[in-house]
Amino acid sequence: MSQTLPATTDAPALHIPVLEIHGLAVQYRTIADTIDAVRDVSLTINRGERVAIVGESGSGKSTTAHAIVQLLASQASIVRGSIRFNGTDLVGAARNTVRAVRGRRIGLVPQDPTVSLNPVKRIGTQVAEVLIIHGLADRKTAETAAVEALRRAGLPEPELRAAQYPHELSGGMRQRVLIAIAIIGGPDLIIADEPTSALDVTVQRQILDHLDELAAETGMSVLLITHDLGIAADRADRIVVMSEGVVVEQGTPAEVLSRPSHPYTRALIAAAPSLNAAGDVDRELAPLAEDIRARVFGGAPGDPFTVRDRPAAATGFDDHAPDVLVLNNLVKDFPGPRGAGRNVNRAVADVSFSVPRGQTFALVGESGSGKTTTARLALRLDDATSGQVLFDGRDITTARGRELRELRRRIQLVHQNPYASLNPRLTISQIITDPLIAHGLGSGAERRARAAELVDVVALPATVLGRRPAELSGGQRQRVAIARALAVNPELLVLDEPVSALDVSIQAQILGLLASLQQSLGLSYLFISHDLAVVRQIAHRVGVMRLGELVEVGDVADVFRSPTHDYTRALLDAIPGRSTPLAIP
Amino acid sequence: MTRYITRRLAQAIGVLWAAYTVSFLVLYALPGDPAKLIAGPDATDITPAQLDALRAEFGLDKPLIVQYVDRLLGLMRGDLGQSLPTGRPVSDLIGEALPSTIQIAALGLLLAIIFGAGLAILATFSRNQALSRLLFSLPPLGVAIPGFWFALLLIQWFSFGIPLFPAVGNVGFASTVLPAITLALPTGATIAQLLSKSLTNTLREPYIDTVRAKGAGPARVHFRHALRNAALPALTVTGLIVGQLLSGTVVAETVFSRPGLGRVTATAVAQQDIPLVQGIVLFAAGVFVVTNLLVDLIYPLLDPRIVIGRPRVARVQAGVPA
Repeated sequence: MSQTLPATTDAPALHIPVLEIHGLAVQYRTIADTIDAVRDVSLTINRGERVAIVGESGSGKSTTAHAIVQLLASQASIVRGSIRFNGTDLVGAARNTVRAVRGRRIGLVPQDPTVSLNPVKRIGTQVAEVLIIHGLADRKTAETAAVEALRRAGLPEPELRAAQYPHELSGGMRQRVLIAIAIIGGPDLIIADEPTSALDVTVQRQILDHLDELAAETGMSVLLITHDLGIAADRADRIVVMSEGVVVEQGTPAEVLSRPSHPYTRALIAAAPSLNAAGDVDRELAPLAEDIRARVFGGAPGDPFTVRDRPAAATGFDDHAPDVLVLNNLVKDFPGPRGAGRNVNRAVADVSFSVPRGQTFALVGESGSGKTTTARLALRLDDATSGQVLFDGRDITTARGRELRELRRRIQLVHQNPYASLNPRLTISQIITDPLIAHGLGSGAERRARAAELVDVVALPATVLGRRPAELSGGQRQRVAIARALAVNPELLVLDEPVSALDVSIQAQILGLLASLQQSLGLSYLFISHDLAVVRQIAHRVGVMRLGELVEVGDVADVFRSPTHDYTRALLDAIPGRSTPLAIP
Repeated sequence: MTRYITRRLAQAIGVLWAAYTVSFLVLYALPGDPAKLIAGPDATDITPAQLDALRAEFGLDKPLIVQYVDRLLGLMRGDLGQSLPTGRPVSDLIGEALPSTIQIAALGLLLAIIFGAGLAILATFSRNQALSRLLFSLPPLGVAIPGFWFALLLIQWFSFGIPLFPAVGNVGFASTVLPAITLALPTGATIAQLLSKSLTNTLREPYIDTVRAKGAGPARVHFRHALRNAALPALTVTGLIVGQLLSGTVVAETVFSRPGLGRVTATAVAQQDIPLVQGIVLFAAGVFVVTNLLVDLIYPLLDPRIVIGRPRVARVQAGVPA
């Protein structure tokens, strides 16, 4: 693997290295053993160059970024290698040397802007602090400079913002504050660690565009850490692909995307939803047994989990089956802030759509668009202010008691975050049998047998049954969550951002599993997502929500090919990777 | 703001009323004849007629519900009633005992904060692993040591061993030191435990990494950023700490033979002096309520996310991004 690659024609690199990492290895020590998070990383960033490290969680990309500024967790240490910044090796350098570099010479833009600012200090003070720490300004001039830095970071009304506290700003605005903190010292290098993964796609684009402009303006180098190959392809002069602590490939976006030499890179490209064409969920990724239908639905004599009163149409294989879920003119108001008069906050405004049986309806929108509230109304977890919810042709808007409990059996929910939605104290077997116990289905032995069956259906080994969630990976946990939802034989699954907390290759596997389950079981999905690229792969119909309103509804192919609403077009344009001028193999 | 304080005061009255009701029920359910208590242990030759006269004088012959309402009405007028054995007003007895108790409680709180917070800061600040582990293990020990035993040890060391402080009495500042240390031990340990845990968690927050990435040294990270955030959870239990101090005075004042609220409490309970015990319960409840109100008023000054009169929950429900 070569140290420095020739700059491409459009790269402004001047071949003066700002950062040279050589043979870096970082180890995490736990009580039980040591983990090699980074095993061998060598890379160079030239002046004015934008380099992206791409990899999945656990690939060591974030650890590498934090090693550069020596901000590793306390149990981690650099065991080998050198990190030369402007000629000085930061590994083993005195604390003061490293501190003089941090904030002044290297700016760090952290991952999640919502938790990366001190909640009890004013924005202006936090930005100005960099100058005060490095003795670049006194208290008064620093405040003025902070307002200017906020302006340069693209924050509107910077004077007003400087006097505000972090919680008064949106996520995107907070990320601009963090960019202001990173640039105010006039650094040579900005390290941006997944700077936009917590933000909406349109905001993500604005932030990254702005970072690019700033870099071009000041000639600083950028090290962008991302899991999204699409973003890397759009933004970087050079892409470094990492896997399991090792750099497996590096080169220009054109080289890496069109002629990937390493199998891992090829897998990453294949899995990246933003780089893929429509409707090509790889069903091969989740091979399912032939008899899955009989196993999930039951039907053997005496099977306590068989749904007896289910209409024939409810299996979703009847083309003339009525829509499983119909929402008519749904409205949900939340009371406004107290003391602000009688105003209300309308979270869902006159939303109507239907979920065809056996198909997937995707609800797309950015945070605050009301998509999750709509799903909660459909699930009857919240009551609508007005409007109607029909399930299987029956009005369930005001269902209660027995009727509602029966409904809970027929509609199941899979949450966004598999790290938070599974009780950490229960074993996987207990988690999956929990809904069966809640509905009083089967005996103890029968429930355990069913858990074993379901684990197999979602392609997990039987050995996971006795384990607890903490021992499983994110993708495995989401499979458990799906198995739990399937336990009571539901007809409709509400999937609330089911893959957004997962790595791209895992995303592809879970989407594949969902698609094949739908095929074999005739399930209907209400799929909530902010990610259009994911929606394009899984959904049949799509509804775009904005500020509580459904601005566009249609077949996925139509909406993606010819969106009618401006907002839909803006969302589509913001998908990273679309500007890549390459034919993806 | 005014509306908020009005609402909180109404709640405070509710709490006091509940404290009165519960203490009334518990105390009157106790076995024993209050009239005999009034007459005193030496009055062996008292006649039933004289006991009846005493009952009538203190209103003990009336039905329980009437006594309950009578005393409640008295409370509303600020009358806590009379002590049974001495016949003196309860408010006088509490008022006389209070100054001496406030002295040791205030000094105890001060010592507890200085040493508790100091230990927590030192434990999280220290780069020496062994030292920090030792410091982290001290608070549970401090909570576990029995107060009366620790008080006796202090007397053994600093009154008889090295005669620095008097073993008994309430004359001068020197007499407050040992009782105050006795009070400070469990309280300081509680503060140290809470604050060190809270500081450890705060120092793992991503925004602390942001501060480090600015180039800040450990002192700035600790004192300018982590401490204020870490103090918030500790502030929540201030009411608990005040309660701990008050109950601690019972032991401290008894061991050091100091007059004070703790001693008065111990005596009142031993003599089944129902009005006095009830008066002390109400006083303690009042202190608790006032402390918590003050804490809630101070909170918004330390944490800008908290706005008085608007609970956080309402905003979250409204779907407004926090």
